[in-house]
Amino acid sequence: MNYSRIALIALGATLTASLIAAPVDEKLVIDGELEMTTVAPSPEGHPLPEVRSGWHYRTETTRALEADSFENPGMLGVEQGEELWNTVEGTAGKSCASCHQDAAETMAGLGAVYPKWHEASGKPINIELQINACRVNNMGAEAYKFDKGGQKPLTAYIKHQSLGEPVKVSLEEGDMQAWWERGKELYYKRTGQLNLSCASCHEKNNGKYIRADHLSQGNVNGFPTYRLKQGNLISLHNRFRGCIRDTRAEYPAAFSDDLMALEVYTTWRGQGLSVETPAVRQ
Amino acid sequence: MMRKIVSTAIVALGMTGLVVAADVTAPEDVKVENLAISASLTGAPGNAEEGKNVFSNRKLGNCLACHANSDMADQLFHGEVGPSLDGAGTRWQPEVLRTIVVNAKEVFSDETVMPGFYSLDVGEDVRKDLIGKTILTAQQVEDLVAYLSTLK
Ligand code: HEC
Ligand code: HEC
Ligand code: HEC
Repeated sequence: MNYSRIALIALGATLTASLIAAPVDEKLVIDGELEMTTVAPSPEGHPLPEVRSGWHYRTETTRALEADSFENPGMLGVEQGEELWNTVEGTAGKSCASCHQDAAETMAGLGAVYPKWHEASGKPINIELQINACRVNNMGAEAYKFDKGGQKPLTAYIKHQSLGEPVKVSLEEGDMQAWWERGKELYYKRTGQLNLSCASCHEKNNGKYIRADHLSQGNVNGFPTYRLKQGNLISLHNRFRGCIRDTRAEYPAAFSDDLMALEVYTTWRGQGLSVETPAVRQ
Repeated sequence: MMRKIVSTAIVALGMTGLVVAADVTAPEDVKVENLAISASLTGAPGNAEEGKNVFSNRKLGNCLACHANSDMADQLFHGEVGPSLDGAGTRWQPEVLRTIVVNAKEVFSDETVMPGFYSLDVGEDVRKDLIGKTILTAQQVEDLVAYLSTLK
């Protein structure tokens, strides 16, 4: 019996027959006025032909929620973030606004160029860690613990000031290129008992359903995102950990070097997409 | 008296453990030849009815996550990462179905995203409590093979 012949023929037949559920081709315009870039040309060296926002892969209702900032439940978090921005905390008796004044001006465009190189620590820094740095060094307040206190709403508030701006990560600064390489390695590393990498789902199979979930490219331009399932803002490192956990693997700590490298790399993979914070996802 | 009961229990446990181990092929002893694993991993045929449950149960095979299967039309949401398994029992010999379930890499390629369900050839950083463990037991694999063979 020649098993391999049968195997190959069978495989060919079933694979061509299987359907591919393409992401929808529509435009995301927030409140009928702000046109978002949800499809962008891939940066050089990117494995996919184009970069697509996770928005395209969600249902019509979920997409509509994001297009209307009054309906978007994530905007509640953004409003909380605005309150925190103006709240005095810590021994120095200052709020963020004491030094940075109006976030709409001072933070505009900033969320689109993070993570970026941080000379003082010799590592990349993201918005969450920059908030903590200011709380500790400039306010005499305690650093927020991961996902606690005002970390998610304040991050969402700052990123929201870049709504519509194209994501751009600068790999020329400091050692960013080395962190990108490390992130890339992690992206393709197969983990856990299920033996899957990020690429197994988000590169090889984006556009297909895995049970009830329509797999996207796993882009990070909408974080923190509002997840309908959890009814809450979800941070990027929480999402990373959840995806790794689902392969039945141990997962790294939030803000660990591994997850910071993954943030640098995945941000690059979605370069050119508009910042959507707070994006709405299922 | 108490002590005696306990030690008898341990002896009994040890014995049944031995009996099972003698019949079941351990994951590291499974031999694939010409894409096939010729003998049952338990030494006995599987139960197709049980296999159907292993197939759909999210905590066991969770095969529906990646495969459509018309035999389970009553279940919502069939995945499409892998091909539909309609007719899998016609396309594949049971001996090859066994290999696909045990370690799909042996039949397709190292690149396949289908997990190895009775294999220790797994990814890195495996959750601590799962180290050295397979996703399914030998019995569950045999039940699945019996079930898949009914998909004509
Ligand atoms: C006492 C003044 C002061 C306070 C209060 C303060 N910051 Fe800062 N912040 C700075 C200074 C100075 C810098 C630039 C140097 C650095 O990175 O520390 C900065 C940098 C930043 C940056 C990075 C800007 C860039 O160009 O990348 C962000 C974001 C930021 N702060 C957010 C906050 C937030 C949020 C708060 C409130 C939780 C806050 N800051 C409170 C002084 C302050
Ligand atoms: C078993 C499949 C699977 C693997 C492996 C996986 N993910 Fe995911 N991921 C999902 C699913 C399902 C979703 C929710 C639907 C979607 O957006 O794809 C998701 C969502 C995401 C999102 C949110 C996308 C958005 O638009 O909000 C990010 C970011 C992400 N994953 C990153 C990763 C990274 C990084 C890895 C590797 C460490 C990874 N994923 C591994 C299945 C997977
Ligand atoms: C993470 C996704 C995934 C899961 C979970 C999965 N498979 Fe697969 N399976 C695949 C892919 C993809 C292929 C196609 C081979 C390839 O391209 O690597 C495949 C191929 C197969 C084939 C051969 C296809 C044919 O022509 O009939 C069978 C049989 C099969 N799988 C059975 C199962 C069973 C039984 C389970 C549950 C124990 C399962 N699979 C779980 C992804 C998966």
